[in-house]
Order: sequence, then structure tokens, then C-alpha cells
Amino acid sequence: MPQVPISLSCRDVFLSFGGVSALAGVSFDVLCGEIFAIIGPNGAGKSSMLNCISGLYRPQKGSIRFKETTLNDLPSHRRARLGIARSFQNIALFREMTVVDNILVGRHLHLGCGLIANGIFFGRARSEELRHRAKAEEIISFLGLTAVRSQPVGNLAYGLQKRVELARALALEPELLLLDEPMAGMTAGERDDMVRSILEANAAYGVTVVMIEHDMGIVMDISDTVCVLDFGRRIALGTPAEVQSDPHVIKAYLGEEDD
Amino acid sequence: MSRSTDNSTSSAGPTTTVFKNDLALLGSAPARISLLLVIALTACLPLSNSSYILDVANRCGIAIVAAIGLNILTGYTGLISLGNAAFMAIGAFAAGFLATKGGLNTLYCIPLAGLITALLGMVIGIPSLRLKGLYLAMATLAAHFIVEFLVVKWESVTGGVAGLSIPAPVLAGLQLDSDRSLFYLIYGVVLLATIFAANLFRTRTGRAFIAIRDHETAAGVMGINVFQYKLAAFGLSSFYVGVAGALTACQAKIISPETFPFSLAIDSLAMIIIGGLGSVTGSILGALFLTLLPEALRLATTALSGSYPALVGNIAPLKEMIFSILIIVFLVYSPHGIVSWWRSLTARFRRDSAVQKPKRR
Amino acid sequence: MDLTFLLQLLINGLVVGSIYALVATGFVIIYKSTSALNLAQGEFLMVGAYVCMQAMVGFKLPFLAAFCVTLLFTGLLGILIERVILRPLLGSPVISVIMVTLGLSGLLRSSLQLCFGTDTKPFPEILPSAPVHLGPVPITQGYLYAVAGAALLLVLLTLFFHYSRAGLALRATASNQQTALSMGISVKQMFAISWGIAAVVSAIGGILLAAIRGGVDMSLAYMGLKVLPVVILGGLDSIVGAIVGGLVIGILENISGGYLDPLVGGGIKEVVPYIVLVLILMIRPSGLFGKKRIDRV
Repeated sequence: MPQVPISLSCRDVFLSFGGVSALAGVSFDVLCGEIFAIIGPNGAGKSSMLNCISGLYRPQKGSIRFKETTLNDLPSHRRARLGIARSFQNIALFREMTVVDNILVGRHLHLGCGLIANGIFFGRARSEELRHRAKAEEIISFLGLTAVRSQPVGNLAYGLQKRVELARALALEPELLLLDEPMAGMTAGERDDMVRSILEANAAYGVTVVMIEHDMGIVMDISDTVCVLDFGRRIALGTPAEVQSDPHVIKAYLGEEDD
Repeated sequence: MSRSTDNSTSSAGPTTTVFKNDLALLGSAPARISLLLVIALTACLPLSNSSYILDVANRCGIAIVAAIGLNILTGYTGLISLGNAAFMAIGAFAAGFLATKGGLNTLYCIPLAGLITALLGMVIGIPSLRLKGLYLAMATLAAHFIVEFLVVKWESVTGGVAGLSIPAPVLAGLQLDSDRSLFYLIYGVVLLATIFAANLFRTRTGRAFIAIRDHETAAGVMGINVFQYKLAAFGLSSFYVGVAGALTACQAKIISPETFPFSLAIDSLAMIIIGGLGSVTGSILGALFLTLLPEALRLATTALSGSYPALVGNIAPLKEMIFSILIIVFLVYSPHGIVSWWRSLTARFRRDSAVQKPKRR
Repeated sequence: MDLTFLLQLLINGLVVGSIYALVATGFVIIYKSTSALNLAQGEFLMVGAYVCMQAMVGFKLPFLAAFCVTLLFTGLLGILIERVILRPLLGSPVISVIMVTLGLSGLLRSSLQLCFGTDTKPFPEILPSAPVHLGPVPITQGYLYAVAGAALLLVLLTLFFHYSRAGLALRATASNQQTALSMGISVKQMFAISWGIAAVVSAIGGILLAAIRGGVDMSLAYMGLKVLPVVILGGLDSIVGAIVGGLVIGILENISGGYLDPLVGGGIKEVVPYIVLVLILMIRPSGLFGKKRIDRV
């Protein structure tokens, strides 16, 4: 069996807010190209974990490595440059911009011209703008957003906004894609589309996906590895089948239902 | 829920033409026609022999440059500045100092003044740009009073309360001292300023500014260095405002600390709110509207002074009251400004023509 | 001699500072409960001074009646402003709210100017002006009353926030709107009340200031802008900070004015608070007593 390189490696990540610990020493490895799901009851620290990886929170202890680089002290825009993109649990689009422009912001790092070249808009600035707009159109049609491409995203339906978020993250051409509840609040049809898009992105571009999701059916269907968090601790890690039969997991989930 | 994945083939034409249209500055026929009309009308203005009309036109032009500058910072990047009058003062006195004490041609002093203002602006901005937006409002307010104090006290540079008198700019041996010659200079700058800003906001840098305004965290996650771009927005905005200040110096010929009162900063804010935050066209409309409004008010009060003599003495507070009410009404009822009316008008025009085609099929 | 001068400056600073403290308290009340930055706080002060003057001079009311009329008027004005101007902007970006208060300040200032003109109007003598001697330093009695009045009001406000139902509801709203809502507190009503209280407190500051100055004019509004250095120094969300900040800025500007003005030829008093503001932003932006926020995503 060939050795698959490790994409993301978290070691003893510890994070607390004013004395309340959100993450109490979480460790896991994500392999290149896999779909890695983080699940757990509400308040288990899933979003905090994702925020630590994308640089919105700084863990007090532990280390987070992406391939060869230690991420701990890097601001989020530097992590994006390394090839990490994400979507948000509560939609975080640029509301007044159109769908196209949102996706073009995702191309930010791939465009090279600065302020003055942009203002003069001649030669290279012009040609690169055209080239990347073409690229944005590819993503738009890949995710089926053509019909709404020039609408301000603030006006779109919830499910579409979620899809634009995925499109914007993919526009970065990331190696590691972090998705925070990409299917929350969607209709069944929209969920199917989203699952298909994630799988296609994973297959076509080889993107490693780390995903928080509540829908167990989907998680068990598409993930290669599942990590279960509860009260800021990792209580299980393994293939979907392993995790499903884990007594700790059963207890955590039954315990939640008792509330 | 309708699915749109399969719709990609049915929309208007091949995608390349679609996104080339996106990139065009003037997407619709009414926009192109009205722009031509505006340019033609503006070009006719110097034919007028009335120095009053030319003077008002020149002040409009300067206000446009200042308003675009403030809009880059406040409307597009979402950072409010109360220091516009101070930055205009910095530009004006920098130009004045270089022209009088440095003996430079005032024409070259204009871009230099812009650069100096941009540098000082960034120095002032650095401490507050790392904090929440409202701290920048505070810092720029403080900057206003500190700059005002320095302008009064630093007599060797600014001439103190007496002010400076600025020599006319010289272009190819021609003295630009009449209102008409200044008109060409000022509107040349207006044209450059407008084109630069319009280009900026259809490309990478401008999108980064807007992204920061709409969602700072998400902008960072997309790879935008938020602090660096905020600083760039502040620098560019200050450059525009500094140039507007230098043009004010050329136009007023004598500048003193009183040329740039705090109320000027509020007027600039009023221009972009009423014209349209985050819009170059809006900046222009707002600047025109609020520069012409007091003139109209003055004409009206002179006309009415026979029956209501009390009006004449109250032009200043009346002006302030109307500006204030407009600021409030626009923010509450039409937060996208005058330009949004124009947009919904042209959008209807575009939609009508788009709807007609499929009907014929 | 020198010490007398210093004491005189200190006392002047304390008097002005206590008025700053009042206006800043109003500012903080609004900021804490509605997170709006009210740049029209100084105009509330001015409205208070002018309305009280008009009631006494124009309508010939005795001071106490005029005082009550002023409080009622400004309180209702504050509530009205919240209802008509601020409420439609709930949920808008912070900068819209800041800018609308700028518009509001212009509206109030120009209305006063249209009603009363730009000349300085004499304010009736309501505080005795005969000096008392504090050791070697002569102090106008009115100053002492002004400080005492400001202090009394601040104590009353503290009691109100800690013991009254409305005060507790306001504090609950300020600390967490969601929780307040779930406890059956009408958050919108609390917003209106905060504006009302802020207007009243500033109006009292305005009356005191007008009384010790003996006149009212448009320059009172610039006084109001100085509330910004005060609240930045004290911390935007701290009432204690507003009081301490007010006193510190008042004393600082008077002392620096007294000692430095002769060196540079005037104007120091006007600029020192803003220099303090910039320094605080660089060193400790949350101010002396402000909370550091943890922004959760």
C-alpha cells in the first residue's frame, strides 16, 4: 500500500476563551486527497477547530501543520496563500457584490497587478483580468450559478448563497478546503447538489476536504475518515464504520438526545 | 426549488461576451449617451464669459475629486473619515509651501502635494486601522483639530493665520491664472481621477477594498492582507483629497486655516452619502448636487429677500440644515444615494430590452 | 503665587471636567446599550442650555420650572430621535449610524442657530457668583455648585442603574441583547430610554455650563466634540471611565493651557484632548476602564 502524504496535522490543540476551554488538546492527521469529517454535538468545538486551522483563532497550546509549514502564528491571509480555503457556518459572503465579483475575490491571490497597474488598466492588468474572469466563469458553470451570475449575493436564496461560498472557496484553487456545515438549512435537493459538487471538486481537483456536518447519512456516505469531538476532546477517530460502532460516540450522541 | 445547473446554456450568448460586458465601464446605451452629453456640456462651459459660472464649475470639479477620494475610503472600503478637511488643508499648504518657499512651478506641486498627503494620511491611519472602524472616525477627527492647530502655529511653513498666496501654475509657458485656464487644469484632473477610480473598482485592488467593507474576516480568509489594503485605501484616498486641496489652493489663490473648517469634512461626507456610497458616479453626482445647492439657495434667498429680508442673514444655517436633513433622509430611506435611482432606471431599460428578445423566438 | 495659579487651573479643570463627565456619561449610555457612536452629544448639551434660557428669559419661568421643562423637552427629544432616525437604521453598518448622528448634530445646531441667531445670549444668573476663598484661592461659588450638581447627578445615575427596574433592564440590554429579550425586556424600548437619558444628562451639563459661563452660543457644540477624547481615554463602554476621563481631560487641558499657552500663543487647550486621543489609540485603545472584546466568529 503506497504511503499517502499527510496534508494537515493537528497536535494537542488547546484553545480557551476567558477560562472556558473550547478545545482541550485535540490531535488528528488529515491525508492528502481525503474527505475528512468532523462531527460532534453542539458546542463540541468543531467550529473552533476549523477557525484555528484557518487562522481566525490562535490556539494557546499545540501545533497545527499544513504539509511542511507550521501554521500557528500565520495570519489567515498567509494561510490562504499556502492553499487553504474555507466556507463559513453563517454565510460570510460579500453581500453587496455580485456572484461573479465574489468569485473573483477568490482569485485574488492568482492575480498579480497592484493598485497603480489596476487603476491604469492597460496591458498586463487588462489581460490578466480577462483571463481570470474566464476562469471565474468556469467555476460558475461548474457549480451551476450561471443564471444568477450578475446578481448581488445578498438577494439570493439561502441554498444558492451556500453554493456561492463553495464557488468562492474553489476559486482559490485550494489544496485544503475547510467547509463549516456546507449543507445546513438546505432542502433535500440542494443537499444532493452540494454533495455532488464536493465530491466532484474532490475528484476533479484533488482537493483535500475537512468538513463539519450534522447530517450523519451524508457524513457516513462520503467521508474517508471521521473525527468525533465532544466537549473539546477527540472521542473517536476512524472510518465511518469504526466510528459508528464506537461506544463513546454512541454515548455522546444518546446523551445529547436526552437533553 | 428550481435547479439552475442545467441553465448554463440558455443564458445570453457565449460566456466570453458576457464577461467582457461585465468588464465594460458603460454597460448600457443610456449610460453611454448620458456620458457623452455630460462631456459635451462640460466642454461647452468655458465658452461662457461669466466668471461666476466658471468659478462654480471649478469648485464643482474640486469637490468631485475630494468626494471620489473620500468615497474610496468610506464608501468602498467602509472606513469612515472625519478628517477630509484636514487632509485637504495638508494638500493645499504642502502645495503652497513648495510653490512659495520652494520656488517650484505650482503645477508640479499638485501631484507632490497629493503624495505628501498620502504619506501623512497613512501615518495618521496606522494606529487606528488595526482597530475597529469607529476608531478611525475618532483618529481622523483628532487629526482635524491637530492639523488645524499646526497650520495656525507653524507660520514658517503655512504663513499662520495670514495664510499663503499661491502663484499661478505654469503650463508650457502659459500662466494658468484665469478661471477659464484653471477650468482646463481642474477638469483634466477630474477626468484622470475618475478614470483611475473606475478602473480600480473593476479589478483586483478595488474588489479587495469592497470585500474588506462587506466582510473583513472573509476577505482575510480569501488571502487579502486586510491591514495592507486598508492602508492602501487610506493612502490613495488621501492622495485624491490632497490633490483636491492643492487645486483649491490654485483656485482660491490665497489660503488660510479658515479655508478648511471642520464643516468642510461634513460636506464631503454629505456628498458621498447623498450621491451614493461606493460609487464613482455617485461621488460625482453628490459633489455636483451639494456644490450647486448653496448657489441655488443663495439665488432663491436673494430673490425672496424683498418679502423675507430675514432670510439673507440665515443662508449658512439654512444650508447646514438642508445638508443635515438630506444626510439623515438618505441614510434612512435611500442608503445607496441618488445613483441608485439612476441604476434602477437603467436596469429597467436593460431588462425591457432583454425580455423582448426571447418573446420574438 | 505660583501655587495659587496651579490651584486655580485645577479647579477650573475640575469644573469643566465634571461637565465633560456628564456629557460623556450620556455618550457611554448610548454606546453601551445600542453600540451607536453619538456624535451629536454636544448638541444635546447645547439644546439643554438654549431651551432653559428660552424658558427663563422668553417665558419668564422661575429656574426650577424652567429646569424641569428643559429635562422633559430634551428627554422627549432624545426618545423621538431614537424612534424616528435611529430605529430605522437598526442592523445597518456602524458607519451609517455614525454618519446619521453627524447629520443629527448639524440639524440640531442649525435649528438652534435659526431660532436664536449666532450672537452670544446672556444666561440668567442662577448660581451665586460671589467668590468664596479656599485657602488663598478665590473660587466663584457657582463653580462649586456646578461640580456638586454634576456629582449628585452621577450618583443618582449610578443608583438608578443599580437599583431601579428600568436601570437593571438597561444594564441587561447592554450586556446581552439576546438574553434581555428572552427575559421579556423590550430591547427597542430600552434603546429609546437610553437616548432619552443621554439627552437629559447632557442637557443638565449644558445648563450648568451655561450658568457658569453666563452665556450661551454656538461654541458649546465644540465642547461636545471633546467628549470623544474623554470616552476614548476612559473606555467607550465604561461609565466610571467617562467620569474619570472627563475630569482628567478637563484638568489636563486647563493646566496645559495655563502653562503652555504663553509659550505658543494660545490654542493649546483646544488641541490637547485630541493629542491624548491619538496617544491612547496607539497605546491602549480600549481606554483606562474599557473592556477588551473577544470577537467570536
